[in-house]
Amino acid sequence: MSGAAFVTLIAASSGLFAIGLFGLLLRRTVILQLVSLELMLAAGGFAFVVAGARHGGAEGQGMFVLVLTVAAAEAAVALVLFLRLRALADSADSDAFDRLRG
Amino acid sequence: MTGWAALPFAGAALAAAALAVTRANAVHAVLWMLAALLALAGAFLALGAPFAGGLQILVQAGAIVVLFAFAVTVLDLSAEAVARERARIGWREAAPAGVAALAVLAPLTVAAVSLDGGAGGDVGPIGPAAVGRLLFGPWMLAVELASLLLLAALIAARHLGRRGEARR
Repeated sequence: MSGAAFVTLIAASSGLFAIGLFGLLLRRTVILQLVSLELMLAAGGFAFVVAGARHGGAEGQGMFVLVLTVAAAEAAVALVLFLRLRALADSADSDAFDRLRG
Repeated sequence: MTGWAALPFAGAALAAAALAVTRANAVHAVLWMLAALLALAGAFLALGAPFAGGLQILVQAGAIVVLFAFAVTVLDLSAEAVARERARIGWREAAPAGVAALAVLAPLTVAAVSLDGGAGGDVGPIGPAAVGRLLFGPWMLAVELASLLLLAALIAARHLGRRGEARR
């Protein structure tokens, strides 16, 4: 892979991360914030795979597998928490969950 | 593996992601996220990373999107609710979020452009065997930690999702 292609693809992964952050800040529906978080995690994994392809090692894909594990665990716990909180507050908005009670 | 072959897929992923975070209808947002994740899988295959591409399709675009598809069924998606959501993501709300995202993107892009990448070259595809030798050799501890993380997530999801009286 040429250096220019490498820089372009890393910049693309940064762009994907920024789009995810934009969505996370823009949306107030919890599930759409989780969609944005998922895109941010995917951007991180993409950067690892691009770097692995540039340097010819398996480490990039290895780190991608670990990022994928984190994404799967995060999605499972976050979605069940969302369903639980939605039942409690009767709302799908993150704004509704502004009070912590023991 | 020239690297440029992955660029169309990366561009498609960026476009689909931008659509995903701006759709008022949550079902459309999840479907555009699926498109973005599948485009990334195409980029991985074009980069000579078939193992990452396969996992991206099976786990990220498969299992995780199915979870989202289940969760999205509890949302109110009537025409009024979608119109209300559309009214909440206008320019007034998008401007500060866009500024914050650009503030993060700028240093990332500067850092990306300043990368020289070291000694790179044409290295051909890296197959699952090489990744497996890495993960089950020197990275064994990381894999065990990842399995513990998944177990913890499984137990947490089971515990939080149980039916019954909600504790207040």
